[in-house]
Amino acid sequence: MSVGFVMLVHEALDRAAQVARHWAEHGKPVVIHVDKRVDGPTFEYFKGKLNDLGNVRFSERHACEWGNWSIVAATQSACELMLDSFPEVGHVYLASGSCMPLRPIQELQTYLDKRPRTDFIESVTTDEVDWTVGGLDQERFTLRFPFSWKKQRRLFDRYVDLQRRLKLTRRIPDGLTPHLGSQWWCLTRRTLSAILQDPRREEFDRYFKRVWIPDESYFQTLSRLYSTKIESRSLTLSKFDFQGKPHVFYDDHLQLLRRSDCFVARKIWPKAERLYRDFLAPEARALTMAEPNPLKIDRLFGRATERRTRGRAGLYMQGRFPNEGWENGKTSGRYSVFEGFTDLFADFEAWIARRTGNRVHGNLFAKDRVYFAGGDSVYNGAISDSAVLRDYNPGAFLTNLIWNTRGEHQCFQFGPADDQKITEFMATDRNAHISVISGAWAIPLFHSNQNFADLRKVAAQLQRIEAAHLDLLRMGKTKARVRIWSLAEFIENPMENLQTILDEIGGIGQRRLTEVPMMADLSGFGQFLQNLKNQGMSPHLMGDFPVIEDTSEKPKGSRPRLVK
Amino acid sequence: MDQITSGDVLLFCTLRNERARLPYFIKYYREMGISHFFFVDNGSDDGTSEYLQAQADVSVFYTEHSYKRSRYGVDWLQWLQRRFGHGHWCLTVDADEFLVYPYCDTRSIKALTDWLDASSVRSFGSIMLDMYPKGPISSAVYCEGEDPLKIAGWFDSGNYMIERNNYYWNLWIQGGPRARHFFAEDPKRAPALNKIPLVKWDRRYAYVSSTHMLLPRGLNLVYDQLGGEKTSGCLLHAKFLSTIEQKSSEELKRNEHFANSHEYKAYHSGLSEDPDLWCKWSEKYINWRQLEILGLMSKGNWA
Repeated sequence: MSVGFVMLVHEALDRAAQVARHWAEHGKPVVIHVDKRVDGPTFEYFKGKLNDLGNVRFSERHACEWGNWSIVAATQSACELMLDSFPEVGHVYLASGSCMPLRPIQELQTYLDKRPRTDFIESVTTDEVDWTVGGLDQERFTLRFPFSWKKQRRLFDRYVDLQRRLKLTRRIPDGLTPHLGSQWWCLTRRTLSAILQDPRREEFDRYFKRVWIPDESYFQTLSRLYSTKIESRSLTLSKFDFQGKPHVFYDDHLQLLRRSDCFVARKIWPKAERLYRDFLAPEARALTMAEPNPLKIDRLFGRATERRTRGRAGLYMQGRFPNEGWENGKTSGRYSVFEGFTDLFADFEAWIARRTGNRVHGNLFAKDRVYFAGGDSVYNGAISDSAVLRDYNPGAFLTNLIWNTRGEHQCFQFGPADDQKITEFMATDRNAHISVISGAWAIPLFHSNQNFADLRKVAAQLQRIEAAHLDLLRMGKTKARVRIWSLAEFIENPMENLQTILDEIGGIGQRRLTEVPMMADLSGFGQFLQNLKNQGMSPHLMGDFPVIEDTSEKPKGSRPRLVK
Repeated sequence: MDQITSGDVLLFCTLRNERARLPYFIKYYREMGISHFFFVDNGSDDGTSEYLQAQADVSVFYTEHSYKRSRYGVDWLQWLQRRFGHGHWCLTVDADEFLVYPYCDTRSIKALTDWLDASSVRSFGSIMLDMYPKGPISSAVYCEGEDPLKIAGWFDSGNYMIERNNYYWNLWIQGGPRARHFFAEDPKRAPALNKIPLVKWDRRYAYVSSTHMLLPRGLNLVYDQLGGEKTSGCLLHAKFLSTIEQKSSEELKRNEHFANSHEYKAYHSGLSEDPDLWCKWSEKYINWRQLEILGLMSKGNWA
């Protein structure tokens, strides 16, 4: 018994001839169908290239169009010719002109000889498939498709809609259960001849002529009627991308293809010199009997589809610029924003850097410049510290920073004295962790030596800005994790609050606090707020501070007590 | 020109006095798989035309007309593309621009265009990456035939700002060392870095402004808007070599460049100080995979 190859060819004829010759010279009969749209001289030239081979035949030519019956008709006549001319053929292998054998033909022959009754044809019911182009699966079999999907898409779609609305359906012939699967199969003579010589063939053909993409369903459905043993998989490695077009193999896939242990792969780029040279070379290695294992290639193509459909979160570039809400993450990683902490704790930045091991920046959005960690003038990715450049596109500034430091956790300070344009972006970013001690900006004012009238003006302005900022953080579409304390609330239990923040960031600061930052001296702060009130301003964001000191006995600049 | 057959990828370029850069430029693109080159020589007097005429796969057209009035060479190339580019993939670049696309070290540009054809894609986007030397620009002396990226081999990896142009639908990308160094106080005027250099040409198409955008505007949608990544490349811009100081003063005198040569004015004042664009976060160019990991280009679903 021998395997025979039926080849459907429409382009890259030189390569097809090369592969046909390879099979034929190894003693395997080949029947070639050349698309009728290939012109006469080209066809004759192609034929001439193979005319020294006694076991190559050319079948009746059909003009093939993707998605319609002609491809099945071409396959039928080529298979009939194969079965009639080569009685020794036990399995018929359907291949295309861009297929290439990856393993010595003898290995395929041995594999099939061990499974003489098995039909290798991917054949699944319509409920099981999720890969169909245009979303049509069951409807392929019950609607009519007189228009070309490729050339008359609008008519195609409208006619489908019309039939759906009018609930027009066709009857599926009795006894048939529609199955779908890869076009590239390998059937036994028994099954194939039963399909081709079926007394009801005319009826079936008439039905399938109006089915959409019958080359993926005709043999797949009919083989279910006759086969005694179906292996529902293709021996041809052929992967389709998310648009339903086949992935192409190039020279740099050589090792991957070799290790896949598949028998045949498609589709090969016609100019992949190295692949054709290597795989069509006379056998250079010992025969192996490994099972085909396309897992690695599946993963490669799976990743490609993932990249094309979901992309890398937080990346904005020439090929990826998602509409608002389609980012799969506005930034590429989590980051923490601290508001008011440096006002309350003088050494907060250094402290949190020690506790968490994270990169801690100053006020990245300060009005005069960008305060990167360590006071750098340029940062990761060559981001400039120019405030003008940053404010030109604050969102890009932040997404760049987070993207450039993938794998690190950035922390930075923010406050009402900073440029506020970034607020909405951060509020709607799931990756932002924002901790606010509201009203803490009043502490440096309290400690400053400025003229009181000026202080009042500044305080009023900062309070207005912070109030608007807090409103934004509290709005319905906020996705950031936001924690807001008033200053009074926070200092009631500073250690517990700091611990909560550290726990949230994670990292190395998991243990109980043993070292705490230095808290600013707040004695007399209540009176300071009262003075602001007396001057006609209403400081409210910091919460309630008693005017009468109850903490006067505390030493100045104290560290808060540890929570045991 | 008679040798051009269907399926050939063609290159179009306007230049002036680029004799020294040409041997490497042509070699680079020949090896990439470009079948035929079209040059418009705008009044060179350094032997550029003579050199080009001696190449078998080059067609050269000579003009002394105004670069500015031909919309910075766009009109000249437009005519050539209309006449010779119809139905071909056409790559439009300057003599100091080097295209890098996914797998360019193992696959020819024909592999890319075949794949784009099969995917029904008509245009291919890239970001222009300004390349610079480590040290003052005057120290990067370029000799004919050399790989300019060996001398100016550094780039900024992550400081690009993107906006969408709602009229032409293209992305407007700015940033890199020029924005950082020359336009830090006036970023709006920083040069555009979005480029669509590779297009399956049709005689109805037209570049609007340099190769930044095209009409019809559907061609400008080289980016995905639903979160995915479309296959894209980088255009390595080896402008900052020792020849630029002389070049910018010459170009400034001619006043033939965009926006009253604003860019060249800024360079010239900046360049006369012989700046060092390099910083400790500059990235040294290795290969396309590095650019893909950095997120400057994407394989998309080409595997």
